[in-house]
Amino acid sequence: MAPLLEIKDLHAEIAGGRKIINGMNLTINPGEVHAIMGPNGAGKSTLSYVLSGKPGYEITGGEVIFRGVNLLDLSPDERAAQGLFLCFQYPLEIPGVSNMAFLHTAVNSQRKKRGEVELTSPELVRKVRELGKTLGIDADMLKRPVNVGFSGGEKKRNETLQMMLLEPYFCVLDEADSGLDIDALKVVSNGVNALRSPERSMLVITHYQRLLDYIVPDVVHVFNAGRIVHTGGKELALELEATGYAQYQSEAA
Amino acid sequence: MAAVQDTVEQVRSIDVDQYKYGFETNIESEKAPKGLSEEVIRFISAKKEEPEWMLQWRLDAYARWLTMQEPEWARVSYPQIDFQDLYYYSQPKKFKAPKSLDEVDPEILKTYEKLGIPLREQVILAGVEIPEGERPKIAVDAVFDSVSVATTFKEELKAAGVIFMPISEALREHPDLVKQYLGSVVPATDNYYATLNQAVFSDGSFVYIPPGVRCPMELSTYFRINEKNTGQFERTLIIADKGSYVSYLEGCTAPMRDENQLHAAVVELVALDDAEIKYSTVQNWYPGDAEGKGGIYNFVTKRGDCRGKNSKISWTQVETGSAITWKYPSCVLRGEGSSGEFYSIAISNGRQQVDSGTKMIHLGKNTTSRIISKGISAGKSNNTYRGLVSAHRKAAGARNFTNCDSLLIGDLCGAHTVPYIEAKNPTAQFEHEATTSKISEDMLFYCMQRGLSQEDAVALVVNGFVRDVLQQLPMEFAVEAQKLISISLEGSVG
Repeated sequence: MAPLLEIKDLHAEIAGGRKIINGMNLTINPGEVHAIMGPNGAGKSTLSYVLSGKPGYEITGGEVIFRGVNLLDLSPDERAAQGLFLCFQYPLEIPGVSNMAFLHTAVNSQRKKRGEVELTSPELVRKVRELGKTLGIDADMLKRPVNVGFSGGEKKRNETLQMMLLEPYFCVLDEADSGLDIDALKVVSNGVNALRSPERSMLVITHYQRLLDYIVPDVVHVFNAGRIVHTGGKELALELEATGYAQYQSEAA
Repeated sequence: MAAVQDTVEQVRSIDVDQYKYGFETNIESEKAPKGLSEEVIRFISAKKEEPEWMLQWRLDAYARWLTMQEPEWARVSYPQIDFQDLYYYSQPKKFKAPKSLDEVDPEILKTYEKLGIPLREQVILAGVEIPEGERPKIAVDAVFDSVSVATTFKEELKAAGVIFMPISEALREHPDLVKQYLGSVVPATDNYYATLNQAVFSDGSFVYIPPGVRCPMELSTYFRINEKNTGQFERTLIIADKGSYVSYLEGCTAPMRDENQLHAAVVELVALDDAEIKYSTVQNWYPGDAEGKGGIYNFVTKRGDCRGKNSKISWTQVETGSAITWKYPSCVLRGEGSSGEFYSIAISNGRQQVDSGTKMIHLGKNTTSRIISKGISAGKSNNTYRGLVSAHRKAAGARNFTNCDSLLIGDLCGAHTVPYIEAKNPTAQFEHEATTSKISEDMLFYCMQRGLSQEDAVALVVNGFVRDVLQQLPMEFAVEAQKLISISLEGSVG
């Protein structure tokens, strides 16, 4: 079986020259959930931005093969259409644009790029309402402007809704639990778990073990100084919770 | 909900990066001698077969204009205009006031066809497919350089008692009405460009809605400057008699030319007791090229007089064109309980300069006004909102709400807000809100991560920003305006 995602000797720096990703290697097979853990400032969020193509980062070496194409050659919207979804740590607000209209535009932009039939308004509305129900998202929240005035929990539920609707092959969850109370965390994790399938893979970025009680990973990586310094099973997360990152920091240096 | 999607699709389907109305119609024209003088004014007046009082009215204005100074307070800069180097009157050569569309020069009809303006009494605005029968009717007065070339739906309007015709024709057919109201809102003393307009104006639309009549369709005037070195000076006068209602829309375009062209119009609105006028503008004069060469100088005076009790005047404008825009559609709230509204979207890109806003002058008791202004600056442009809200000492209970938002795209443009607020009555309540924000890379990236191309992302964010104002436009024009906004911002993000 071909891997879904292969990161080979990736090097990246922030525009201006500071090196953030430093010779990273990672292979993720279809259906696998990988967790990346590491201290603040290890470059975890940068990894999610580099994978999704955010401007402001320069790739200085290596390649990222995703579903047979070099991801680094694609624009952010092409990467999205190819099936990469980034669940933002801090989702952006878009005043004046209703949540439903945004979802409609996003779904059909991707479908169009892939040469698929676009969803009609009634089809989309039906689908969104169904999915929304499982996340506790009501009609009012779909009418409101995207993320404007949403609580932390509402924003994350909204991200999960987008993810469920867009049905990506690969989800990157950047600190998906930040700003969530325990109830909201359960709702979001349930949504994420419902998306787990033999074709779909996930990369869960977090620095707390807590999230991994709800979204249980197949593989856990310790990330420091821009690369993976240690890899283990899901029990590694618990170990880290007890011992901290210190030993791996010295290892990296 | 699908509005955004529609915009996105329409933007995709049109030729981008081009001022699509920039073509020129090759047609022989008859002009007044170049330059400005008493003779030229007499020439224009004679061409229009005007009564003596009208000529005198023009000459008075001219005499006054000669003593006036060009205003310099606006945040715009341009080389001195040589008023002697312009033509003040131009009409298509074979032009005779046409009795029906069949008599209109086919070249001119073709021009309007290309512009998507329905002169054939059919309502198909670009991009809007409405089933036959459900299509709203829109009566159009088409002004080509200095003359009105066609007015549609005349019969149907006549049956309702509505008068809608070129002002030159109204001078002959309804001289008393014209004489009573012309210049009563914008007097000869008003300002440099308005006074110039009074001296040399050539045509424009005249509308009268009789008491108690709700105008059965949208009225619209479409202005086109074609001729080189020619100024366009139109004058529009709309009177809504007691208890009547009218919604009016004006649109404008011009060919792409290297030299600048002057447009100095005057619009006067009069609303009597309980009458309502809704005036919408989609202004898309040629803005000049990316280096700031060419484009229209748009120096316009628009004012509405809420003369009657509980009357209402509402201005909505979408300003995307012109090299320089200098315009402040205003309301004089004279009648007790009258209200004024100003909804504006002003977009500047390239080297465009916009200095626009409104004046809400509260004179009567319990008058209310509302201002929603959305300025968007991109490229190397400058966009200024300039507004006045004032309450006369007799304007007890006057209320105003102002919301003034600016959006910056890129880091080479400017947004400025200059509000003047004067309350001479202690019971007046004025509120002013203002924000300035920058379209952020993060916001665009968020949209793109969800699958939107960069252009679609900009269109989406901007459409969200201007939504409150777009909602004020008649539906079919809102679509048009949305499209225009997207085109105007083409290539504005790196």
